[in-house]
Amino acid sequence: MIIAIPVDEGKKSICVSFGRAPYFLIHDTDSAKTEMVENPAAEAQGGAGIKAAQLVVDKGANALITVRCGQNAADVFKAAEIKIYKAFGSDAAENLKALAEGKLEELTSFHAGFHGKA
Amino acid sequence: MRVAVLSGKGGAGKTFVSVNLAATAKSAVYIDCDVEEPNGRLYWKPNIESETPVSVLIPEFDAAKCSGCRKCVEFCRFHALIFVKGNPMLFPSVCHSCGGCSLVCPENAVMEVPRPVGTIEKGARDGVHVVTGILNTGEESAVPTIKAALCAGGDDDFTVIDCPPGSSCGVMESVKDADCCLLVAEPTAFGFHNFKMVHRLSVLLKKPCGVVINKADAPYKPLEDYCAAQGLPVLLRVPYSERLAELGAAGEIAVEHDSEIAKAFGGLLSAIREGALS
Repeated sequence: MIIAIPVDEGKKSICVSFGRAPYFLIHDTDSAKTEMVENPAAEAQGGAGIKAAQLVVDKGANALITVRCGQNAADVFKAAEIKIYKAFGSDAAENLKALAEGKLEELTSFHAGFHGKA
Repeated sequence: MRVAVLSGKGGAGKTFVSVNLAATAKSAVYIDCDVEEPNGRLYWKPNIESETPVSVLIPEFDAAKCSGCRKCVEFCRFHALIFVKGNPMLFPSVCHSCGGCSLVCPENAVMEVPRPVGTIEKGARDGVHVVTGILNTGEESAVPTIKAALCAGGDDDFTVIDCPPGSSCGVMESVKDADCCLLVAEPTAFGFHNFKMVHRLSVLLKKPCGVVINKADAPYKPLEDYCAAQGLPVLLRVPYSERLAELGAAGEIAVEHDSEIAKAFGGLLSAIREGALS
């Protein structure tokens, strides 16, 4: 299973923003390998959530762990059959462990997006 | 002559000034470009002559022709397209209708189809043609509906454009083809802040400007100083009055009921026609 997590500059803690996160942690549970990829949407003018979702889809992820997620990105994950889990705390490694132990809940509420308003 | 009425801050009195100015002109076109909340028609109560839908073009993909090359997805700078499970997927509200996806598709698999975003309502009250742009609830971009409203207004000799609040794309679109800008200022810190923003925008667009100070109980010094320093003519001061508030709340056009305000707007109209804006 491939798991994606938006992470901060330090690449260890989870970024509260999905679309604007500077990096994505991509973890493959089969090979136990972890990769860090730059998020090309971090500085996109608009549609950042959609562009970041494309990265997650293209990495072949089966699951995403995030603090929150916009409606557009959620629609992408639904179409791509990628499950979205609600992160707890801020440590990415602990969240991977928690997911493996079945302790994370699915994220079911999505925000409408900020679109320059906030 | 096309006069754009703008204020930045909402509630400063754009619609009050626009409606009363057009009513004073008697033969005029009033265009409501505040398409998210078009309320000029509450005063005009026009006889509705037509209602025309406004649409934008969005892509539709022919799955039989699509080879999955992703050229359309990579081309879309607005990120309205995504590639999932071998197919492009569209986010209609993010699409800017540029048509680029259909141009870059090597398989001719992209068709452009209309998506309704609003309505243009045309009507009349005595000699005033009332054009109202109405944006569908939930739509993110007001610009296509504003463009359609301005186009429906035609080129009559005197046109008043009631602009949306703020100073973003929708306001720029509303002001773009106007001959001059009438800036409605509210003598408060908030009103003055936004007034300066719309003034800077009008200067950037090279429009002559004039000022109406609404709810002007007492002179607000920063506003007065700014107008003097910028050489902005203050063409009208409307004091706050309970009578005007009552008429507004009743959906009445003030110049039709109050001779004093009618005279004041008569002076404003003459000043605009004589080119007092600078």
